[in-house]
Amino acid sequence: MEYFIGIDIGSTSTKTAVLDENGKPVCLFVMPTGWSSIDTAETVRRQLLEEGIDPEKHACIATGYGRIAVPYANKTVTEITCHARGAMALFDCGDITVIDIGGQDTKIIRTENGIVRDFVMNDKCSAGTGRFLEVMANSLAVRPDELCDLAAMGGGASISSMCTVFAESEVISLIGSGEKKENIAYAVVDSIVKKVATQAGRLEGGGQLVCLTGGLCECGYIVKALSAALKRPIVTKSDARYAGAIGAALTARKGA
Amino acid sequence: MSDYVQMWKDLGMDLETHDALCQVLPTAFGDVYLSQENRPEAMGFWDFVVSEIHGIRPSELIEAQKNGRKVFGTFCVYVPDEVVIAADGIVTGLCGGSQFWVPGGEKVLPKSTCPLIKASVGARLDRTCPFFRIADMYVGETTCDGKKKAWEILGEDVPMYIMDIPQMKREKDIEKWAQEIAAFAAVVEEQTGNKITVEKLNDAIRIINEKRKAMARVFAATKGKNLPISGKDRLLMTQIAFFDDPARCAQMCNKLADELDERNAKGVRVFPAGTKRILLSGTPLAIPNWKLHHIIETSGAAVVCEEMCTGTRYFENLVEEDKTTLEDQYMALSRRYMKNNCACFTPNTGRIDDILRLAKEYEVDGVIDVNLKFCCLYDTEGYTVEKALKDAGIPVLGIETDYTDTDAEQLRTRIEAFVEMLG
Ligand code: SF4
Ligand code: SF4
Repeated sequence: MEYFIGIDIGSTSTKTAVLDENGKPVCLFVMPTGWSSIDTAETVRRQLLEEGIDPEKHACIATGYGRIAVPYANKTVTEITCHARGAMALFDCGDITVIDIGGQDTKIIRTENGIVRDFVMNDKCSAGTGRFLEVMANSLAVRPDELCDLAAMGGGASISSMCTVFAESEVISLIGSGEKKENIAYAVVDSIVKKVATQAGRLEGGGQLVCLTGGLCECGYIVKALSAALKRPIVTKSDARYAGAIGAALTARKGA
Repeated sequence: MSDYVQMWKDLGMDLETHDALCQVLPTAFGDVYLSQENRPEAMGFWDFVVSEIHGIRPSELIEAQKNGRKVFGTFCVYVPDEVVIAADGIVTGLCGGSQFWVPGGEKVLPKSTCPLIKASVGARLDRTCPFFRIADMYVGETTCDGKKKAWEILGEDVPMYIMDIPQMKREKDIEKWAQEIAAFAAVVEEQTGNKITVEKLNDAIRIINEKRKAMARVFAATKGKNLPISGKDRLLMTQIAFFDDPARCAQMCNKLADELDERNAKGVRVFPAGTKRILLSGTPLAIPNWKLHHIIETSGAAVVCEEMCTGTRYFENLVEEDKTTLEDQYMALSRRYMKNNCACFTPNTGRIDDILRLAKEYEVDGVIDVNLKFCCLYDTEGYTVEKALKDAGIPVLGIETDYTDTDAEQLRTRIEAFVEMLG
C-alpha cells in the first residue's frame, strides 16, 4: 500500500495526516509541538511506525513554522499552500476563502479555480491569534475552549488594546473591577474576531465560500461571531484543524 | 581591513563600539554574498570596497579634504550631485541601513520613526561611521516629516543645509525646485570657495549622466530570460554607487555590464531556468540592508529589478546636456530630478506607471512591495500600488519590515508562499 504523509508543525500543535492512494485519510493525529520541533518530528515518526507506516518509505511533505525540522520529509511547502489545498479538498471547493487562526499567526487565503490567488498574514504581533486567546484564558484561569463557551453567554464588555501585553492588563483590570467572567470572555473573543475580520476584509470583497481552519474551528462561538462580523456564513468541520497536514499530504500525492 | 585605526581616531570615532560593527560585517557579507556561486568576476571590485568599507573611501575623502576639497553628505536622490561636482566638491550618500545604528537614533528620536532615519541619526551621534564624521556639511531635504524633524536634531551636531522640496509636480513646482537648486549652488560655492560656471556644470552633468547610463546597462542585463547576475550583487553595486567617485563608479559599472553582456551571449547564468522573477518596489535599501534580497533569492526566486531609490529611481532619466546658461542648466536639472517618483509627492501616479512599466520590461512573475516600518508615505501608497498591480493581473505581495532579523522566518514563510503561488 502506498501512503502520502503530511506533517504540519505549528507553533502550538503538530498535526499529521496520512492519505491513501485515493486521497482518503487513513489516519489523523495531533500532538503539542513543545519546545523542540526536532523532537516533535521524531515523536511523529515513532507514532507513524506504530501505525505500521514508515515515513521514510512513503512520500512525505512537511509544512508549518517547524517545517525545516523534519529530517525524513522529502520536501517542505509553506503552510499557505498546504492550508489552501487541504481546505479546498475538505470543502470540495476551488474558490474559497480560508481563515486559519493559528497559534502564532493568522492567515487568510483566497483561492480561485483551485489555486492560491492571494493571502495575508498578521505581522509580528499576536493580536488575533490563538496565542492571544491562550494568554487571556490563562488570566481568567480557564481553558481556551471554556473561554469560548463562556463568551457565548457574555456581552457588553470590550478590550481596546490590540497588543497582547496591554490587552492582558485590560483583562486583569476588568477582573479587578468585578466584571463577570462571561463578559470578559466575550470581550476577548470579540477582539480576535474584529481583528481577523478586518484582515479578511482587506483580501476579498465578499461572495466566496468562507471556511475556518486551525485549532479554533471546533469552537462554535468563534465561528458564529466571525460569521456575524463578516456578515456571511462560515463553514467548518472537525477535521479542519488538519487542513494544513492534509494539504501537505495531498501535495506529496501530487508528487510536487 | 587594513590599519585605519589612526584615521578613525583622528575622526573622533568611538573605536570600541565601531570595532563591534567591524566584527559583524564580514560575517554577514560572507553569509549573504560570498556564499553565492558563479558570481561575475567584476564583482571583485565591490567585494573589495566592502571589505574596506570604513577605510578605503574614507581615506580618499580625507586626502581630498587635505587638498582643500569639501565633502557634502546627502540623504535623498533628489539632491543634485552635479552642483557639488561642478564646484569641485565631493558627494557621499549617508543613509544608514543597519540595525547597529538604530538604538543610537532611538536615544533622541521617537521609536515610531523609520529605521532609515534612526540609523542615520544614530550613526552620527554614536560616532561609529567615518562617512558621517568626514562630511563637512549635511544636505537634508523636506521630503518626509521624520526627516524634516531629524535634521533639526542633527543640525545641533553638524552644519546642515536644507533644500525645500515641492510636494506636487506642477510646472511652478519644477520652477521652484530649479530655484532651490540655484540657492544650493550658491551655498556650495561659498563652502568650496569655487565658482560654478556653465562649462563646469556641463562637465558635471555629463559625468553623472555617464554614471547613470552605466548603471542602466547593468540593470538592462537582467531584462532577458538569462540572469547573469543576482539581485543581491546588483543591489550592492547600487548601494556603493552612493559613496564612490562617480567617474570610477561609471567605469566599474561599465566593466561589469560588459561582462554581463558576454555572459548573456554565452548563456552563463546564476539562477536555474524557471526561477521566479521578482520586481521589488518601495522604500530604499541602504547599505548593508540585504535582508530581503537574501530571503527572496534563497526561496526560489530572483530579484530582477528594484523600483527604489537604491534602484531605478537613482539612474533613470538623464539631465539634458549642453545648456548655455546656468539658469537653463538648473531648470534642466530640476526637470530630470522632478521625474523621480517618490511617495512624498501627491499625486504620485507616475510611480504606479513606473512599476507597471518595469514589471513588463523585466518580465516579472510578481512584485514585492516593501515598506520600511513607520514609513507612513510608502505604506499608504502601498494600497494604490497593490490595487494597480492586481488590476493589471500581476501578483503582488506587500511586506513591512525593519532592520532587525527577528521577523526573518515569518518573512521567509510569506515569500516562499508567494513564490509557490506564482506557480
Ligand atoms: S524615498 Fe523619497 S525621500 Fe527617500 S531618498 Fe528616495 S526620493 Fe528621497
Ligand atoms: S523610508 Fe519613508 S519615513 Fe523613511 S526616510 Fe524614506 S520617506 Fe522618510
